[in-house]
Amino acid sequence: MPFNKNSNGFTFFFSILMVVVVGAVLAVTSVSLRPLQKANSAEKKMINILAAIKVPAERGGTEEVFAEFVTARIAINSDGLEVGRMTGPVDPSNLEDPFNIDIKKDFRSKKPAEELSFPLFECVTASGDQMYVVPVVGRGLWGPIWGFLALEVDGKTIYGAVFNHKTETPGLGAEIREDFFQEKFLGKSLRAEGSPYFEVRKGGAVTDDHSVDGITGGTITSRGVGEMIDRTMGHYMRYFDLMKK
Amino acid sequence: MSNDTSTKRESLFSKKNRRLLSDPLNDSNPITVQVLGICSALAITVQLQQAVIMSLSVVFVMIAGNVIVSVLRRVIPDRIRIIVQLVVIAFLVALVDEVLKAFQPDISEKLSVFVGLIITNCIIMGRLEAFALANKPGPSALDAIGNALGYAWILLAVAVVREVCGSGAISLPGMGQVKFLPEAWFISAGGLYENNNLMILPPMALITVGVIIWWQRSKNRALIEEN
Repeated sequence: MPFNKNSNGFTFFFSILMVVVVGAVLAVTSVSLRPLQKANSAEKKMINILAAIKVPAERGGTEEVFAEFVTARIAINSDGLEVGRMTGPVDPSNLEDPFNIDIKKDFRSKKPAEELSFPLFECVTASGDQMYVVPVVGRGLWGPIWGFLALEVDGKTIYGAVFNHKTETPGLGAEIREDFFQEKFLGKSLRAEGSPYFEVRKGGAVTDDHSVDGITGGTITSRGVGEMIDRTMGHYMRYFDLMKK
Repeated sequence: MSNDTSTKRESLFSKKNRRLLSDPLNDSNPITVQVLGICSALAITVQLQQAVIMSLSVVFVMIAGNVIVSVLRRVIPDRIRIIVQLVVIAFLVALVDEVLKAFQPDISEKLSVFVGLIITNCIIMGRLEAFALANKPGPSALDAIGNALGYAWILLAVAVVREVCGSGAISLPGMGQVKFLPEAWFISAGGLYENNNLMILPPMALITVGVIIWWQRSKNRALIEEN
Protein backbone atom coordinates (compact mmCIF):
# COMPACT_ATOMS: atom_id res chain seq x y z
CA MET A 1 0.00 0.00 0.00
CA PRO A 2 1.50 3.34 -1.03
CA PHE A 3 2.11 5.88 1.71
CA ASN A 4 -0.62 8.52 1.82
CA LYS A 5 0.31 11.49 3.97
CA ASN A 6 -3.23 12.89 3.74
CA SER A 7 -5.06 9.87 5.14
CA ASN A 8 -7.01 10.43 8.35
CA GLY A 9 -4.93 7.89 10.20
CA PHE A 10 -1.63 9.47 9.31
CA THR A 11 -2.94 12.97 10.09
CA PHE A 12 -3.85 11.82 13.60
CA PHE A 13 -0.60 9.95 13.99
CA PHE A 14 1.40 12.97 12.82
CA SER A 15 -0.37 15.41 15.16
CA ILE A 16 0.00 13.15 18.16
CA LEU A 17 3.66 12.49 17.45
CA MET A 18 4.34 16.19 16.89
CA VAL A 19 2.72 17.23 20.17
CA VAL A 20 4.54 14.53 22.13
CA VAL A 21 7.94 15.39 20.66
CA VAL A 22 7.53 19.16 21.05
CA GLY A 23 6.11 18.77 24.55
CA ALA A 24 8.93 16.49 25.61
CA VAL A 25 11.69 18.73 24.28
CA LEU A 26 10.18 21.84 25.89
CA ALA A 27 9.63 20.05 29.18
CA VAL A 28 13.23 18.83 29.27
CA THR A 29 14.53 22.33 28.42
CA SER A 30 12.33 23.95 31.00
CA VAL A 31 13.26 21.55 33.78
CA SER A 32 16.97 21.61 33.03
CA LEU A 33 17.12 25.41 32.81
CA ARG A 34 14.88 26.00 35.85
CA PRO A 35 17.72 26.09 38.46
CA LEU A 36 19.62 28.65 36.38
CA GLN A 37 16.51 30.81 35.92
CA LYS A 38 15.69 30.60 39.63
CA ALA A 39 19.23 31.60 40.55
CA ASN A 40 19.00 34.51 38.12
CA SER A 41 15.82 35.85 39.62
CA ALA A 42 17.11 35.42 43.20
CA GLU A 43 20.24 37.30 42.19
CA LYS A 44 18.16 40.04 40.58
CA LYS A 45 16.19 40.39 43.80
CA MET A 46 19.39 40.73 45.81
CA ILE A 47 20.71 43.36 43.39
CA ASN A 48 17.46 45.31 43.76
CA ILE A 49 17.52 45.17 47.57
CA LEU A 50 21.13 46.31 47.55
CA ALA A 51 20.29 49.07 45.05
CA ALA A 52 17.63 50.39 47.43
CA ILE A 53 20.30 50.91 50.10
CA LYS A 54 22.61 52.29 47.40
CA VAL A 55 25.08 49.43 47.39
CA PRO A 56 26.12 48.74 43.80
CA ALA A 57 26.14 45.06 42.84
CA GLU A 58 26.47 43.22 39.59
CA ARG A 59 25.61 39.72 38.51
CA GLY A 60 28.10 37.18 39.77
CA GLY A 61 29.27 37.34 43.38
CA THR A 62 26.12 39.05 44.62
CA GLU A 63 25.63 36.59 47.47
CA GLU A 64 28.69 37.70 49.44
CA VAL A 65 27.75 41.38 49.09
CA PHE A 66 24.18 40.57 50.11
CA ALA A 67 25.35 38.66 53.19
CA GLU A 68 27.55 41.59 54.15
CA PHE A 69 24.89 44.32 53.96
CA VAL A 70 21.66 42.46 54.72
CA THR A 71 21.80 41.35 58.34
CA ALA A 72 18.43 39.66 58.75
CA ARG A 73 15.42 38.59 56.76
CA ILE A 74 12.18 39.00 58.67
CA ALA A 75 8.62 37.91 57.95
CA ILE A 76 5.73 39.83 59.52
CA ASN A 77 2.00 39.23 59.46
CA SER A 78 -0.70 41.78 58.62
CA ASP A 79 -0.92 42.88 62.29
CA GLY A 80 2.74 43.87 62.25
CA LEU A 81 3.94 40.97 64.41
CA GLU A 82 7.18 39.24 63.57
CA VAL A 83 6.51 35.62 62.51
CA GLY A 84 9.90 34.59 61.18
CA ARG A 85 13.51 35.64 61.15
CA MET A 86 16.51 34.26 59.29
CA THR A 87 20.15 35.14 59.10
CA GLY A 88 23.07 33.62 57.24
CA PRO A 89 23.24 32.58 53.61
CA VAL A 90 20.08 32.57 51.50
CA ASP A 91 18.80 29.16 50.50
CA PRO A 92 16.57 29.57 47.44
CA SER A 93 14.84 26.24 48.10
CA ASN A 94 13.97 26.88 51.77
CA LEU A 95 10.36 28.09 51.86
CA GLU A 96 10.72 29.15 55.51
CA ASP A 97 13.21 31.81 54.45
CA PRO A 98 11.44 35.22 54.25
CA PHE A 99 13.68 35.94 51.23
CA ASN A 100 11.63 33.40 49.28
CA ILE A 101 8.20 34.88 50.01
CA ASP A 102 6.79 35.50 46.54
CA ILE A 103 4.91 38.75 47.03
CA LYS A 104 4.01 38.96 43.35
CA LYS A 105 2.24 35.64 43.59
CA ASP A 106 0.55 36.66 46.85
CA PHE A 107 -0.61 39.89 45.22
CA ARG A 108 -2.05 38.05 42.24
CA SER A 109 -3.77 35.46 44.41
CA LYS A 110 -5.94 38.20 45.99
CA LYS A 111 -5.85 36.37 49.32
CA PRO A 112 -6.86 38.47 52.33
CA ALA A 113 -3.89 40.11 54.02
CA GLU A 114 -4.52 38.10 57.21
CA GLU A 115 -3.43 34.90 55.46
CA LEU A 116 -0.20 36.34 54.11
CA SER A 117 3.17 37.14 55.53
CA PHE A 118 5.27 40.05 54.39
CA PRO A 119 9.05 40.05 54.00
CA LEU A 120 11.25 42.76 55.49
CA PHE A 121 15.01 43.07 55.13
CA GLU A 122 17.17 44.46 57.90
CA CYS A 123 20.26 46.04 56.38
CA VAL A 124 23.27 48.16 57.18
CA THR A 125 24.56 50.70 54.68
CA ALA A 126 28.17 51.20 53.71
CA SER A 127 28.38 53.96 56.34
CA GLY A 128 27.02 51.65 59.06
CA ASP A 129 23.47 53.04 59.37
CA GLN A 130 20.67 50.58 59.97
CA MET A 131 18.00 50.41 57.26
CA TYR A 132 14.87 48.46 56.45
CA VAL A 133 14.08 47.41 52.91
CA VAL A 134 10.44 46.77 52.08
CA PRO A 135 9.43 45.07 48.82
CA VAL A 136 6.30 46.47 47.18
CA VAL A 137 4.21 45.16 44.32
CA GLY A 138 1.29 46.67 42.45
CA ARG A 139 -0.45 47.18 39.16
CA GLY A 140 0.63 49.48 36.32
CA LEU A 141 -1.22 50.24 33.12
CA TRP A 142 -0.43 47.01 31.25
CA GLY A 143 0.96 44.66 33.85
CA PRO A 144 2.67 44.26 37.20
CA ILE A 145 5.01 46.85 38.66
CA TRP A 146 7.21 46.31 41.70
CA GLY A 147 9.96 47.88 43.69
CA PHE A 148 11.97 48.09 46.88
CA LEU A 149 11.84 50.94 49.38
CA ALA A 150 14.69 51.51 51.83
CA LEU A 151 13.51 53.17 55.05
CA GLU A 152 15.67 54.68 57.72
CA VAL A 153 15.54 53.26 61.23
CA ASP A 154 12.58 55.52 62.16
CA GLY A 155 10.51 53.48 59.70
CA LYS A 156 9.36 56.63 57.88
CA THR A 157 12.11 58.45 56.02
CA ILE A 158 12.78 57.08 52.56
CA TYR A 159 16.46 56.44 52.02
CA GLY A 160 16.27 54.81 48.62
CA ALA A 161 13.75 53.51 46.09
CA VAL A 162 13.98 51.27 43.06
CA PHE A 163 11.08 50.40 40.80
CA ASN A 164 10.66 48.13 37.85
CA HIS A 165 7.89 46.98 35.60
CA LYS A 166 7.07 44.28 33.13
CA THR A 167 5.21 45.86 30.25
CA GLU A 168 4.70 49.59 30.83
CA THR A 169 4.81 51.94 27.82
CA PRO A 170 8.41 52.74 26.86
CA GLY A 171 9.16 56.43 27.29
CA LEU A 172 6.09 56.94 29.49
CA GLY A 173 5.13 54.59 32.31
CA ALA A 174 8.36 52.62 31.79
CA GLU A 175 10.29 55.63 33.09
CA ILE A 176 9.53 54.56 36.67
CA ARG A 177 12.71 52.52 36.55
CA GLU A 178 14.83 55.52 35.59
CA ASP A 179 16.97 57.38 38.11
CA PHE A 180 15.28 60.77 37.66
CA PHE A 181 12.00 59.33 38.97
CA GLN A 182 13.48 57.22 41.76
CA GLU A 183 15.58 60.13 43.03
CA LYS A 184 12.43 62.13 43.73
CA PHE A 185 11.61 59.75 46.58
CA LEU A 186 14.82 60.31 48.48
CA GLY A 187 14.41 62.17 51.77
CA LYS A 188 10.61 62.10 51.56
CA SER A 189 8.75 60.47 54.41
CA LEU A 190 5.68 58.36 54.97
CA ARG A 191 2.74 60.12 56.62
CA ALA A 192 2.51 58.90 60.21
CA GLU A 193 -1.14 59.88 60.70
CA GLY A 194 -2.48 57.16 58.46
CA SER A 195 -3.44 56.31 54.91
CA PRO A 196 -2.54 57.62 52.37
CA TYR A 197 0.95 57.05 53.68
CA PHE A 198 2.41 58.25 50.43
CA GLU A 199 1.15 59.68 47.16
CA VAL A 200 2.38 59.99 43.60
CA ARG A 201 0.53 62.98 42.20
CA LYS A 202 -0.45 63.69 38.64
CA GLY A 203 2.29 65.27 36.52
CA GLY A 204 3.27 68.80 37.51
CA ALA A 205 1.26 68.85 40.74
CA VAL A 206 2.47 70.55 43.89
CA THR A 207 4.15 68.04 46.16
CA ASP A 208 4.84 68.05 49.87
CA ASP A 209 6.95 65.90 52.16
CA HIS A 210 4.68 62.88 51.66
CA SER A 211 4.26 62.91 47.89
CA VAL A 212 6.19 63.08 44.63
CA ASP A 213 5.41 64.30 41.14
CA GLY A 214 4.26 61.55 38.78
CA ILE A 215 5.38 60.99 35.21
CA THR A 216 3.72 63.07 32.52
CA GLY A 217 1.92 60.74 30.15
CA GLY A 218 2.36 57.87 32.60
CA THR A 219 -0.48 58.77 34.92
CA ILE A 220 -1.85 55.30 35.50
CA THR A 221 1.57 53.77 36.12
CA SER A 222 2.46 56.65 38.48
CA ARG A 223 -0.80 56.19 40.34
CA GLY A 224 0.02 52.46 40.59
CA VAL A 225 3.35 53.29 42.23
CA GLY A 226 1.61 55.48 44.80
CA GLU A 227 -1.07 52.88 45.42
CA MET A 228 1.38 50.02 45.96
CA ILE A 229 3.45 52.01 48.44
CA ASP A 230 0.38 53.16 50.33
CA ARG A 231 -1.22 49.70 50.50
CA THR A 232 1.95 47.83 51.42
CA MET A 233 3.15 50.32 53.99
CA GLY A 234 -0.07 49.89 55.97
CA HIS A 235 1.15 46.48 57.19
CA TYR A 236 4.72 47.57 57.85
CA MET A 237 3.71 50.74 59.71
CA ARG A 238 2.12 48.51 62.36
CA TYR A 239 5.38 46.63 62.72
CA PHE A 240 7.41 49.83 63.09
CA ASP A 241 4.87 51.25 65.59
CA LEU A 242 4.97 48.07 67.71
CA MET A 243 8.74 48.11 67.67
CA LYS A 244 8.89 51.64 69.05
CA LYS A 245 6.68 50.80 72.02
CA MET B 1 21.20 12.50 -18.86
CA SER B 2 24.05 14.83 -18.07
CA ASN B 3 21.56 17.67 -18.18
CA ASP B 4 19.45 15.92 -15.58
CA THR B 5 22.28 15.51 -13.06
CA SER B 6 23.34 19.11 -13.48
CA THR B 7 19.90 20.38 -12.44
CA LYS B 8 19.84 17.96 -9.54
CA ARG B 9 23.26 19.01 -8.32
CA GLU B 10 22.46 22.67 -8.45
CA SER B 11 25.03 24.55 -6.39
CA LEU B 12 23.75 25.99 -3.15
CA PHE B 13 25.11 29.33 -4.25
CA SER B 14 23.86 29.31 -7.83
CA LYS B 15 22.52 32.55 -9.25
CA LYS B 16 18.97 31.48 -8.47
CA ASN B 17 19.82 30.71 -4.86
CA ARG B 18 21.77 33.90 -4.41
CA ARG B 19 18.64 35.78 -5.40
CA LEU B 20 16.84 34.07 -2.49
CA LEU B 21 19.25 35.88 -0.24
CA SER B 22 19.35 39.26 -1.94
CA ASP B 23 15.74 39.75 -3.10
CA PRO B 24 14.20 40.10 0.38
CA LEU B 25 16.69 42.81 1.24
CA ASN B 26 15.27 45.09 -1.44
CA ASP B 27 12.93 43.95 -4.24
CA SER B 28 10.69 41.78 -2.07
CA ASN B 29 11.46 43.15 1.37
CA PRO B 30 9.02 41.61 3.84
CA ILE B 31 8.26 44.90 5.58
CA THR B 32 8.47 47.61 2.94
CA VAL B 33 7.23 45.66 -0.10
CA GLN B 34 5.12 42.80 1.24
CA VAL B 35 4.07 44.88 4.26
CA LEU B 36 4.27 41.92 6.64
CA GLY B 37 5.50 41.93 10.22
CA ILE B 38 4.55 45.57 10.71
CA CYS B 39 3.16 44.79 14.16
CA SER B 40 6.52 44.00 15.72
CA ALA B 41 8.30 46.76 13.81
CA LEU B 42 5.97 49.03 15.69
CA ALA B 43 6.43 47.52 19.13
CA ILE B 44 10.15 47.07 19.61
CA THR B 45 11.81 49.90 17.72
CA VAL B 46 11.87 52.42 20.55
CA GLN B 47 15.40 51.38 21.47
CA LEU B 48 18.08 49.92 19.24
CA GLN B 49 19.18 47.26 21.74
CA GLN B 50 15.72 45.69 21.80
CA ALA B 51 15.64 45.74 18.02
CA VAL B 52 19.03 44.00 17.84
CA ILE B 53 18.04 41.15 20.15
CA MET B 54 14.66 40.88 18.45
CA SER B 55 16.38 40.66 15.05
CA LEU B 56 18.74 37.93 16.26
CA SER B 57 15.85 35.96 17.74
CA VAL B 58 13.87 36.28 14.52
CA VAL B 59 16.88 35.20 12.45
CA PHE B 60 17.17 32.05 14.60
CA VAL B 61 13.46 31.21 14.64
CA MET B 62 13.18 31.87 10.91
CA ILE B 63 16.11 29.70 9.85
CA ALA B 64 15.27 26.84 12.20
CA GLY B 65 11.56 27.02 11.30
CA ASN B 66 12.18 27.06 7.57
CA VAL B 67 14.63 24.15 7.74
CA ILE B 68 12.42 22.02 10.01
CA VAL B 69 9.33 22.51 7.84
CA SER B 70 11.35 21.94 4.70
CA VAL B 71 12.74 18.65 6.04
CA LEU B 72 9.25 17.53 7.01
CA ARG B 73 7.57 18.84 3.83
CA ARG B 74 6.90 15.36 2.38
CA VAL B 75 5.18 14.05 5.50
CA ILE B 76 3.20 17.06 6.77
CA PRO B 77 -0.48 16.30 6.04
CA ASP B 78 -1.95 19.11 3.91
CA ARG B 79 -5.02 19.63 6.07
CA ILE B 80 -3.09 20.43 9.22
CA ARG B 81 -0.09 22.17 7.69
CA ILE B 82 -0.92 25.61 9.16
CA ILE B 83 -1.22 24.06 12.63
CA VAL B 84 2.07 22.26 12.15
CA GLN B 85 3.76 25.52 11.12
CA LEU B 86 2.30 27.27 14.13
CA VAL B 87 3.52 24.54 16.49
CA VAL B 88 7.01 24.64 14.98
CA ILE B 89 7.22 28.43 15.40
CA ALA B 90 5.73 28.43 18.90
CA PHE B 91 8.13 25.64 19.90
CA LEU B 92 11.17 27.58 18.69
CA VAL B 93 10.01 30.80 20.32
CA ALA B 94 9.41 29.05 23.65
CA LEU B 95 12.91 27.63 23.36
CA VAL B 96 14.44 31.08 22.68
CA ASP B 97 12.52 32.51 25.63
CA GLU B 98 13.72 29.82 28.06
CA VAL B 99 17.33 30.09 26.91
CA LEU B 100 17.34 33.90 27.18
CA LYS B 101 15.87 33.69 30.68
CA ALA B 102 18.59 31.28 31.77
CA PHE B 103 21.63 32.81 30.11
CA GLN B 104 20.78 36.45 29.34
CA PRO B 105 18.40 37.39 32.18
CA ASP B 106 18.90 41.14 31.80
CA ILE B 107 18.14 41.16 28.09
CA SER B 108 15.24 38.78 28.58
CA GLU B 109 13.80 41.20 31.11
CA LYS B 110 14.12 44.10 28.66
CA LEU B 111 12.42 42.22 25.85
CA SER B 112 9.74 40.82 28.17
CA VAL B 113 6.64 40.13 26.08
CA PHE B 114 8.26 40.87 22.74
CA VAL B 115 9.95 37.48 22.49
CA GLY B 116 6.50 35.90 22.60
CA LEU B 117 5.41 38.30 19.89
CA ILE B 118 7.73 36.57 17.42
CA ILE B 119 5.03 33.90 17.15
CA THR B 120 2.66 36.46 15.68
CA ASN B 121 5.22 37.66 13.15
CA CYS B 122 3.48 37.07 9.84
CA ILE B 123 6.78 36.98 7.92
CA ILE B 124 7.81 33.71 9.52
CA MET B 125 4.63 31.81 8.81
CA GLY B 126 4.46 33.44 5.40
CA ARG B 127 7.86 32.00 4.44
CA LEU B 128 7.07 28.57 5.89
CA GLU B 129 3.87 28.39 3.88
CA ALA B 130 5.12 30.00 0.68
CA PHE B 131 8.64 28.63 0.46
CA ALA B 132 9.74 25.95 2.91
CA LEU B 133 6.77 23.63 2.18
CA ALA B 134 7.81 23.39 -1.47
CA ASN B 135 11.61 23.58 -1.39
CA LYS B 136 14.66 21.67 -0.16
CA PRO B 137 16.27 22.55 3.19
CA GLY B 138 19.29 24.30 1.59
CA PRO B 139 17.39 26.91 -0.42
CA SER B 140 14.88 27.19 2.45
CA ALA B 141 17.69 28.16 4.80
CA LEU B 142 18.91 30.80 2.34
CA ASP B 143 15.39 32.12 1.90
CA ALA B 144 15.05 32.33 5.68
CA ILE B 145 18.34 34.19 6.08
CA GLY B 146 17.40 36.63 3.32
CA ASN B 147 13.96 37.38 4.73
CA ALA B 148 15.14 37.60 8.32
CA LEU B 149 17.86 40.05 7.32
CA GLY B 150 15.40 41.99 5.16
CA TYR B 151 13.22 42.30 8.26
CA ALA B 152 16.18 43.07 10.50
CA TRP B 153 17.64 45.96 8.54
CA ILE B 154 14.31 47.81 8.42
CA LEU B 155 13.85 47.16 12.13
CA LEU B 156 17.31 48.49 12.96
CA ALA B 157 16.90 51.53 10.70
CA VAL B 158 13.58 52.46 12.28
CA ALA B 159 15.00 51.90 15.77
CA VAL B 160 17.99 54.16 15.11
CA VAL B 161 15.76 56.97 13.81
CA ARG B 162 13.31 56.65 16.70
CA GLU B 163 15.89 56.39 19.45
CA VAL B 164 18.08 59.21 18.16
CA CYS B 165 15.14 61.58 17.62
CA GLY B 166 13.06 60.43 20.57
CA SER B 167 15.65 59.90 23.31
CA GLY B 168 18.77 61.57 21.91
CA ALA B 169 20.61 58.33 22.52
CA ILE B 170 21.77 55.05 21.02
CA SER B 171 21.75 51.74 22.86
CA LEU B 172 23.33 48.40 22.09
CA PRO B 173 23.03 45.15 24.05
CA GLY B 174 25.72 44.95 26.69
CA MET B 175 26.56 48.64 26.76
CA GLY B 176 23.23 50.19 27.70
CA GLN B 177 21.94 53.51 26.47
CA VAL B 178 24.50 56.16 25.52
CA LYS B 179 23.24 59.73 25.41
CA PHE B 180 25.50 61.45 22.93
CA LEU B 181 23.96 64.91 22.90
CA PRO B 182 25.51 67.33 25.39
CA GLU B 183 23.19 68.22 28.29
CA ALA B 184 23.68 71.93 27.57
CA TRP B 185 21.85 71.67 24.23
CA PHE B 186 18.55 70.89 25.89
CA ILE B 187 15.92 73.51 26.65
CA SER B 188 15.91 72.39 30.29
CA ALA B 189 19.58 73.41 30.49
CA GLY B 190 19.15 76.64 28.53
CA GLY B 191 19.78 75.23 25.03
CA LEU B 192 17.52 75.03 21.99
CA TYR B 193 17.04 71.27 21.60
CA GLU B 194 14.31 69.02 22.92
CA ASN B 195 13.74 65.29 22.39
CA ASN B 196 10.70 64.59 20.27
CA ASN B 197 8.45 62.48 22.48
CA LEU B 198 6.20 61.72 19.53
CA MET B 199 8.98 59.53 18.09
CA ILE B 200 8.66 57.19 21.07
CA LEU B 201 4.95 56.64 20.48
CA PRO B 202 3.88 53.77 18.20
CA PRO B 203 2.42 55.87 15.33
CA MET B 204 5.86 57.25 14.50
CA ALA B 205 7.10 53.72 13.77
CA LEU B 206 4.55 53.47 10.96
CA ILE B 207 5.41 56.92 9.67
CA THR B 208 9.14 56.07 9.75
CA VAL B 209 8.45 52.84 7.84
CA GLY B 210 6.39 54.92 5.39
CA VAL B 211 9.32 57.27 4.83
CA ILE B 212 11.62 54.29 4.22
CA ILE B 213 9.14 52.87 1.68
CA TRP B 214 9.02 56.26 -0.05
CA TRP B 215 12.79 56.49 -0.20
CA GLN B 216 13.13 52.89 -1.38
CA ARG B 217 10.67 53.39 -4.23
CA SER B 218 12.33 56.56 -5.36
CA LYS B 219 15.55 54.55 -5.73
CA ASN B 220 13.99 51.35 -7.07
CA ARG B 221 11.54 52.33 -9.81
CA ALA B 222 10.59 48.72 -10.50
CA LEU B 223 8.59 48.68 -7.26
CA ILE B 224 6.20 51.42 -8.33
CA GLU B 225 2.79 50.02 -9.33
CA GLU B 226 1.40 50.74 -12.80
CA ASN B 227 -1.72 52.77 -12.06
